[in-house]
Amino acid sequence: MIRDITVMGGHGRLGRPDLVRKIQFNMGDVISIVGPTGSGKTTLINDIELFANGNTPSGRQVLFNGVPAPIEYRDDPSRNPIALITQHTTFLSDMPVDAFLTTHAKVRGGNPEDITRLAQEAIDFANELTGEPLAAESRMTELSGGQTRALLIADAAIICSTPIVLLDEVENAGIHRTRAIELLRRYRKIFVFVTHDPRIALLSDARIVMKGGRIMDFIVTDEHERAFSIKVARLDDALASLRDQLRNGLRLCGTELEGVR
Amino acid sequence: MKLVICAGPATTGKTSVLRHAARKLLEQGKQVAFFKLDVQFAEEDEELARELGIPTRKVYSGELCPDHCGVMVLGDAMEWAEREGAKVLLVETAGLCLRCSPYVDHGLGVVVLEATSGMNLPLKIGPMLSLADVAVVTKVDRVSQAEREVFRARIMDVAPDVTIREVNALHGIGIDPLVDRILATPDAELPMQLRGNPPVGTCTICVGKKDIGWQAHFGVVRTLENQVFYRGE
Ligand SMILES: Nc1nc2c(ncn2[C@@H]2O[C@H](COP(=O)(O)OP(=O)(O)OP(=O)(O)O)[C@@H](O)[C@H]2O)c(=O)[nH]1
Ligand SMILES: Nc1ncnc2c1ncn2[C@@H]1O[C@H](COP(=O)(O)OP(=O)(O)OP(=O)(O)O)[C@@H](O)[C@H]1O
Ligand SMILES: [Mg+2]
Ligand SMILES: [Mg+2]
Ligand SMILES: [Zn+2]
Repeated sequence: MIRDITVMGGHGRLGRPDLVRKIQFNMGDVISIVGPTGSGKTTLINDIELFANGNTPSGRQVLFNGVPAPIEYRDDPSRNPIALITQHTTFLSDMPVDAFLTTHAKVRGGNPEDITRLAQEAIDFANELTGEPLAAESRMTELSGGQTRALLIADAAIICSTPIVLLDEVENAGIHRTRAIELLRRYRKIFVFVTHDPRIALLSDARIVMKGGRIMDFIVTDEHERAFSIKVARLDDALASLRDQLRNGLRLCGTELEGVR
Repeated sequence: MKLVICAGPATTGKTSVLRHAARKLLEQGKQVAFFKLDVQFAEEDEELARELGIPTRKVYSGELCPDHCGVMVLGDAMEWAEREGAKVLLVETAGLCLRCSPYVDHGLGVVVLEATSGMNLPLKIGPMLSLADVAVVTKVDRVSQAEREVFRARIMDVAPDVTIREVNALHGIGIDPLVDRILATPDAELPMQLRGNPPVGTCTICVGKKDIGWQAHFGVVRTLENQVFYRGE
């Protein structure tokens, strides 16, 4: 059982040390990682996913319940406590979606009787996030960028079903990101979101600030931020509604912006 | 001396993997020599000699299949590496022939596959995979975690006893366990034998008979209807 993970600071791109030397994530925490493009956000979640132990370019160390990851985490995907949803928006595997999901469910130690049901659940989950639904028999390589991200999120939630989920820029592919986070947060896990989005950052208990490959700061979301996060959500919903109208070929009239201040 | 024979399709990252492994071996004070076996063009020997200052050599197999050529020259290569004072000889081979495999009964056999190659590759390379000790999967930075894990499953379907090591060979991430495995391998010594069985007999094409159609040949012939699926040993 994983109770917590700890990132012990290493160094940034030019060898200068991470300013925050130790960050602990407890079960149930939602943490964001923010910072300019190229600042090392992806590198930090990759360190977690690789069970870094001073052997990645950042020199960081990641501890699980206070100790380095046991070898099974790395060698047996069914024991791996982490699901990572990468920034990739294309698949390279030339397989049908359902074959891919059932194979992955097997690898992740899914119960043989459950595998077909799990694959179908994952497809249904993905289709809650996409505009145009994807079909079980579509080839993975044919999926759009948004469908790819949606399927990866569904795969992480349903097929991997791990205690730790790392999500790299959910906002990036035009999927329903608030819906995605809503669905994910039904499960009690450690969530780490790399994001540029104020709404997602304010949903989090705290955020890690990156720059030049270094961990610069750890900011706990305070009362004041929580209070106005409601307003941010309203503004974001208004924009989302405009986005939907645009996608559906409507002319925009802007009424939803009237109440927003 | 430890012997590592590393095979894999073109541009999968064999040199990148061996470069990181060599660097880590040198850091541990092990003298390394590098030997490249290719069909007609290779510059790894010059690159690695320049970058790491280690003894390197290459041989072109030319009109021979590289695995066939390997059988001919590996003994000489081991003697050369011993004379150079190497404690580990890293051999990189194109291993183009998917019927044979270059591994020998001594030393470590390593196949390098790329995660970006499509899910059927493990099914296509026969004994190059099934007779290896370790399958290194490179370019994991280019695919999602889910694809990486499904690729692992495809390898395990074909070669359940092969140890799988996923790496990012650009940054050398994941190379340490491979280095540990190299160091844990017993020393290789001549005489050695190929692990796999070479193809049956000599064919008439090998001796220069170019006519198309089995009717024009004798010895080992095959018709279209007579197909066997070869999985390696
Ligand atoms: N992104 C990424 N690129 C890689 C990785 N490994 C190798 N490459 C790139 O793939 C290309 C081929 O790598 P090499 O190491 O030369 O491959 P090789 O198998 O030795 O190739 P040949 O000897 O020519 O058959 C180079 O451009 C490498 O930088 C990896 O793990 N990730
Ligand atoms: N601690 C580090 N040590 C060495 N290299 C690093 C470190 N952090 C980041 N880098 C390198 O910097 C580059 C950019 O990092 P990364 O991709 O993590 O940025 P990012 O914040 O995710 O950017 P984006 O917002 O564009 O996705 C990469 O090539 C990465 O390898
Ligand atoms: Mg990134
Ligand atoms: Mg090479
Ligand atoms: Zn051959």
